[in-house]
Amino acid sequence: MLTYIIRRLLISIPALLLIAFVIFMLLELAPGDPMASMPLTIPAEVKQQMREALGLGEPWWVRFPLWLKQFFIVEPAYWIDSAFGTDLAGGQQRIISFQSRSPVFDTIAERMPQTLWVVGMSYVVGVAIALPVGIISAYRQYSVFDQAGTFVSMIGFSVPPFFSGVLLIVIFSVSLGWLPSIYDTTHSVTDWDSFVFQLRQMVMPVMVLALQTTAQISRYMRAAMLDNLGQDYVRTARAKGMSERIVVLKHVLRNSMIPVITVIALGIPSIFGGAIITEQIFKVNGLGQLLIIALQGNDIPMVMTLTFLFAVLIVMFNLIADVLYGVFDPRIRYD
Amino acid sequence: MLDETTPLVRIRDLKMHFPIYSGLFRRQTGAVKAVDGVSFDIQRGETLGLVGESGCGKSTCGRAVLRLYDITGGAIEIDGVEIGESSQSDLRRMRPTMQMVFQDPQASLNPRMTVEAIIREPLDEHTTLSKAEKSKKVLELMDAVGLNRRFAKRYPHAFSGGQRQRVGIARALALNPKFIVCDEPIAALDVSIQAQVVNLLEDLQEEFGLTYLFISHDLSMVRHIATRIAVMYLGKVVELAPRAPLYDAPLHPYTRALLSAVPEPDPAKAEARERIVLQGDVPSPANPPEGCNFCTRCPAVMDVCRRIDPTFQEVEPGRFVACHLYEDHASRAEKAEAHANQQGSNA
Repeated sequence: MLTYIIRRLLISIPALLLIAFVIFMLLELAPGDPMASMPLTIPAEVKQQMREALGLGEPWWVRFPLWLKQFFIVEPAYWIDSAFGTDLAGGQQRIISFQSRSPVFDTIAERMPQTLWVVGMSYVVGVAIALPVGIISAYRQYSVFDQAGTFVSMIGFSVPPFFSGVLLIVIFSVSLGWLPSIYDTTHSVTDWDSFVFQLRQMVMPVMVLALQTTAQISRYMRAAMLDNLGQDYVRTARAKGMSERIVVLKHVLRNSMIPVITVIALGIPSIFGGAIITEQIFKVNGLGQLLIIALQGNDIPMVMTLTFLFAVLIVMFNLIADVLYGVFDPRIRYD
Repeated sequence: MLDETTPLVRIRDLKMHFPIYSGLFRRQTGAVKAVDGVSFDIQRGETLGLVGESGCGKSTCGRAVLRLYDITGGAIEIDGVEIGESSQSDLRRMRPTMQMVFQDPQASLNPRMTVEAIIREPLDEHTTLSKAEKSKKVLELMDAVGLNRRFAKRYPHAFSGGQRQRVGIARALALNPKFIVCDEPIAALDVSIQAQVVNLLEDLQEEFGLTYLFISHDLSMVRHIATRIAVMYLGKVVELAPRAPLYDAPLHPYTRALLSAVPEPDPAKAEARERIVLQGDVPSPANPPEGCNFCTRCPAVMDVCRRIDPTFQEVEPGRFVACHLYEDHASRAEKAEAHANQQGSNA
């Protein structure tokens, strides 16, 4: 198993380098100018100087290795410095955002908690709803519960968050006035009342996103359960005289979780990617919002770094999903 | 305590129909009559072979006998207890008496449980043994079925087909059952392993005094293991007889055709043998023919066969057959009259 993980990690290095190169070249070849939003009164030669000040004067074969060096050597050096008080970085140039002129990783660190709270919580809630729904739907296939679950899943799949989010705001914020429509990032939880406020402002974005997750995972759970309920070993378990609870929760569920765990693990990177649309609707200034603003402003270092981080997470969670498969399914061995 | 001479299993008019739903509103439009009025007894310590071609309802019959299905009708009495109407939760307490060995040894073992866990689980559920006693029992069972004790912690995928079937047998034996339904236990194994497993089943029968319902389509294997044999066709038992007379002088035309299909190892005899090849296909169990189920393919079909379903009756001591060839003329005429009257009253 360990050999397998190490081998996979080694393989992922060239894969990630290739991904970084492709992202870099896509941004390089894309139209757009970081200076486009500057006032027109600035003379062309001054604009050119500003571009060169941002490092855009060099050709891509200079800038790409430079970015790699900054990402893999300089930035980790700064983390180590701040964590252990060493001086590895030695004042080297960090990756700087074109828009805010502050280090990209500082901005990401600021935005990360909001995204993890809202999007991460929605994922947890979505999975927590989806698993029992999927199990009961499969066990009582074609029952009223199953039909209702199928209907809600269909809604979750087909109604985009820019509709369901706005609909929730219209109902619960505008008409009923129960919940705030804007997520206040500066709010800090200090006592019970502020905790309740935090809950209230999280409810709508979390539920909008959880609907999407639930729709997907509950379908997987149901399909996996149905697959296993029809298996011979389930009949064996019943013939042994096991109680229905043990048959379903021990025999069927444990076997059905194998593919579902993989799907859940593969979905985790998307949490870090934020929910671009939902974050915009509820004004959650998380990573999704950061990415879209960076895209609008041609903030190449920010887009490049964020996109590459997502790629790293996806590669990592693919590996984790594969490892989990080996852990949960005794038929799979990575030796 | 019950008299030892009473049959362990007594099946009367067992019916298992699976509904067919069709149309816009999924209304029930018919039923697949997988088992349609089967009756037989199994004596203590004997092996009843249940043979028939694919799709004739053998496996369904075996599962219905153990009430793995909710049956459509009939009576099932096992060890003096009527279980035809029992709820599944009441049946759970009965399960230790009656067990099943399944056809597909790969699919019928939970892939995520070790052999030890598979065999021990029924003990957890139905006994109050201590942990050490259970482990001891598991190892004893593995010895009994000829599995190496060192394999206890392995998963089913690490075994060969024959070994997996041994695991399945050990699991069935865990609760000291009296009655075991063997649902084609050797069909998924290759020939050399088949003999081993059948011999194992015979040894265990002797050792533990087991009673088997042995379902198979392998007639030579059934001849080897069974004391009496029931032949099924399209959901009904057409002939039930002790082994020797059934193989030597089959009564029912279907049994004759079935036995003539068994390969004969001696080429000289094989040449002399008359092979009865049935024409046509088995009718659909959702829409069986009127009269005798076999009338569409029977080489000895008579007029009466297409109208009246023959009764399953004892023609010689211990030999039952459902065929008009063996119904005496008086009772046939009587039945025809009764049938005509019924038709008349219906009209």
